[in-house]
Amino acid sequence: MPSRLINWFRFGSPQSFYPLAGRLVPWFTAIAVLTGAAGLWVGFFVAPTDAQQGEAYRIIFVHVPAAWMSMFLYVIMAFWAGVGLAFNTRLSAMMAHAIAPTGAMFTFLALWSGALWGRPTWGAYWVWDARLTSELVLFFLYLGYMALNAAIDDPRRADRAAAVLALVGVVNVPIIYFSVQWWNTLHQGASVSLTRAPSMAMTMLTGMLLMAIAFWMYGLAVVLARVRAIMLEREAHTDWARELKEVGQ
Amino acid sequence: MIWGSAGEFLAMGGYAFYVWGSFLVAAACLAVEPLLVGARHRRALQTVRAERMRHEA
Repeated sequence: MPSRLINWFRFGSPQSFYPLAGRLVPWFTAIAVLTGAAGLWVGFFVAPTDAQQGEAYRIIFVHVPAAWMSMFLYVIMAFWAGVGLAFNTRLSAMMAHAIAPTGAMFTFLALWSGALWGRPTWGAYWVWDARLTSELVLFFLYLGYMALNAAIDDPRRADRAAAVLALVGVVNVPIIYFSVQWWNTLHQGASVSLTRAPSMAMTMLTGMLLMAIAFWMYGLAVVLARVRAIMLEREAHTDWARELKEVGQ
Repeated sequence: MIWGSAGEFLAMGGYAFYVWGSFLVAAACLAVEPLLVGARHRRALQTVRAERMRHEA
């Protein structure tokens, strides 16, 4: 690095972040496909049948990664919304808007696969259990964020209003995560945590972690692709957008 | 190998509906969403083109 300082804010401007995001999307997509294929292979052909649940437990390879992503993406969305609110930076708000639909989709997948897992093992698609209910609240928070953002015409005002909602809703994420410990829930506790060894068979864990990485890389690829579209929409009047090769002659 | 035959694999130990119901919906979501984002990108490019024509006019 030459003597001049690193310009940390270089990629803070849409104009310089647009090409960078464009270069990153294919890489994240490739990693997602590879780890996803490996995860499915381990999940279906390496991980053994479960002693209690038989084959039903294999839903874990979709349910847990989706649930993790639903919480993870909400925190990242709230972070960017907060940065946008605090520093009035347009790109931060665009990033928050780019995350919401993907976060909502993962929340839906977590609820959907959870219900399909619950039916054979608990005997019910849905129960008003602390974990399930707080995840449903997360789903409504994502929808509310998107609705509020769409409802306000002026993009900058919409950014601020939606950011406040995102920040208020972030308290729900730890509630989801700790719900299984705080309340006597039907949903089982964490089999994998950062503080103690996982209580899962190694191959099952490997399959699940591979799928989690695949969902994470997928999320990065889709969010970066969506933020580029949002940048074009909101910066259509600027010179840099008009002179893009992509826009064509 | 866990599965004796393709049929056994599809039956998923009797939980076919639940396991494939989860995986197929997940696969559908992960396939459709990028298509929607791609379409949104193309619409955004149109917006920029329109803006440029208006600018040059």
